[in-house]
Amino acid sequence: MSRTTRPSSSLLRAAAVTGVAALTLTACGSGSGSDTASSGSGSVKVGLITKTDTNPFFVKMKEGAEKAAKENGAELSTAAGKFDGDNAGQVTAIENMVASGVKGILITPSDSKAIVPAIEKARAKGVLVIALDTPTEPESAVDALFATDNLKAGELIGEYAKAAMKGKSAKIATLDLAPGVSVGVQRHNGFLKGFGIEEGDSSIVCSQDTGGDQAKGQTAMENCLQKEPGINVVYTINEPAALGAFTALKAKGREKDVLIVSVDGGCTGTEAVKDGTIAATSQQYPLKMAAEGVKAVVTYAKDGKKASGYTDTGVTLITDKAQDGVTSKDTAYGLENCWG
Amino acid sequence: MTATTTPPGTSTPYSELKAPTTARRLLTAPTTGPLVALLLACVFFSVSSDQFLTGGNFSLIVQQVMVVGTLAIGQTLIILTAGIDLSCGAVMAFGSIVIAKMAAEGSLPPLAAIALGLVVCGGFGLLNGALVQKIPLPPFIVTLGMLNVAFALTHIYSEEQTVTNLPGPLTALGQTFPLGNTDITYGSLVTIALFLLLAYALSNTGWGRHVYALGNSPEAARLNGIRTSRLTIGVYTVAGVLYGIAALLLISRTGVGDPQAGQTDNLDSITAVVLGGTSLFGGRGSVLGTFIGVLIVGVFRNGLQLMGVASIYQTLITGVLVILAVTVDQLSRKKAR
Repeated sequence: MSRTTRPSSSLLRAAAVTGVAALTLTACGSGSGSDTASSGSGSVKVGLITKTDTNPFFVKMKEGAEKAAKENGAELSTAAGKFDGDNAGQVTAIENMVASGVKGILITPSDSKAIVPAIEKARAKGVLVIALDTPTEPESAVDALFATDNLKAGELIGEYAKAAMKGKSAKIATLDLAPGVSVGVQRHNGFLKGFGIEEGDSSIVCSQDTGGDQAKGQTAMENCLQKEPGINVVYTINEPAALGAFTALKAKGREKDVLIVSVDGGCTGTEAVKDGTIAATSQQYPLKMAAEGVKAVVTYAKDGKKASGYTDTGVTLITDKAQDGVTSKDTAYGLENCWG
Repeated sequence: MTATTTPPGTSTPYSELKAPTTARRLLTAPTTGPLVALLLACVFFSVSSDQFLTGGNFSLIVQQVMVVGTLAIGQTLIILTAGIDLSCGAVMAFGSIVIAKMAAEGSLPPLAAIALGLVVCGGFGLLNGALVQKIPLPPFIVTLGMLNVAFALTHIYSEEQTVTNLPGPLTALGQTFPLGNTDITYGSLVTIALFLLLAYALSNTGWGRHVYALGNSPEAARLNGIRTSRLTIGVYTVAGVLYGIAALLLISRTGVGDPQAGQTDNLDSITAVVLGGTSLFGGRGSVLGTFIGVLIVGVFRNGLQLMGVASIYQTLITGVLVILAVTVDQLSRKKAR
């Protein structure tokens, strides 16, 4: 075999391979090309797209959607990004679901702004799109939003912390989510509002991003303690971050005299409230978000009525050390209603 | 498809140089395995889902793989030289933020912003190549470092903000035109054109043959008068420019500049290269194989979604396919020895 190939032959080969690859995909005859979402089997197709497959919050959300789909005779398909913030993965999922003929898509946007063009394309094809848990920017990019009021969730634990401090001077560490992510910003701001302070108040001695991750929460708390050993209130974005903070405090022998408050109300987190690791948490209800979402799509399929606006799926303060003037429920209630 | 010759760069042992039969050549052509896998997947999904063979679905799949596909062309070039590039996704993300911010904030006209993005990404490639070649350092380490550098620069420069309200030219490649009853995305055509261009360059130019020679044995290539140093740096630079084009395709697809983008694209592009039958040891493989590789991933993702299978299974299947592909590569080498 000679090493010198004639240009024509290898170009032909290149073209042939590409052609065969293309034909492979289209060979079997292009179908009707109808883009409208029509379900042949009579059961309504619903798509659920979460930020990731692995976060217990979304796993629970998926379970809620599956249960609701069964009850309402709908067919659920699910997809997720590969990591928190994987916008491209969510765009692809939307396209594929629209192609599979879903009547509606429920989505927890990884990137509130970046997902908007893909959502608009889906809605233009007559698909109902509902945001769960996280709003899009602008909020009007979706038909409806079913979510926790994260500002209120933060406010509740802020009020609680204020009451629990009983007038002692506070040195606060905030373990936040990540810059520019609305959920984190709202909880943080809610906490400050509930505590009755402004951003930049001298009582806030340390603020660190944790990505809601336990290991990063621990590192952040270690660094905060290094900076200001006198910290006595810790606000955390979620319970994994809170548990990480607790580990760091325990290593310094401070776990007994620091008040940790959090948001989420997952079962692990609620257990941690029960055993006193976390003082209080604002519990949210992902199962409800998903179930309501599925119902809304089924309703839309049946009589064309589109859900619209914002539906608050509720938040409850869970603690076993209730404070006067702050409404809360105990961990027995919390464990009954927790997720994860 | 008739393979009349073994593609250049596939090292045919001396014993086999006696006119192998067409059948045998087809069986050993590096693109045959992946193509068969793609065909089988297509048949399977056609049977399992009514929507798989609709007019728009093929266009959809190509549109979904155009970004990783374009990255994977650059990745193929580097892997052919027995290197590897872990920084491609991060470099692309930085390029896309540069293009988006420059254009959206009006510092540069859109086309100039795009050109700057290509130059910046090319610069990253040049730097990667120079460090690999001149110090010299292992490509794995250099590009691992560059991954972190580019990732950090992306987040510093974007201030963690998604860039919106982009001028028209930036998203032009995301527009579609009708072909029969199917909408084709312009960006898909760009990707296919790039694949064909690089396939031609690899198999029909001296440069292409030198790339294969370098991957097979840098020492032998040098002794044969190939300027291996210039060639290596050139390959990394070309790859960098391709990442810049991928950045533009990414922007056109999503309509925004997203600092979070591309975090798993380095491994996804390597996956496509491996599935396409290119050897990680260098010197064997082709960009057309990579095109098939990237389509395999796209077809599985799309097909499983149409069947209503959760996306985690797509990841599982991709993993199994990668191991199979490398196994096939190894066994065919054993046979050849």
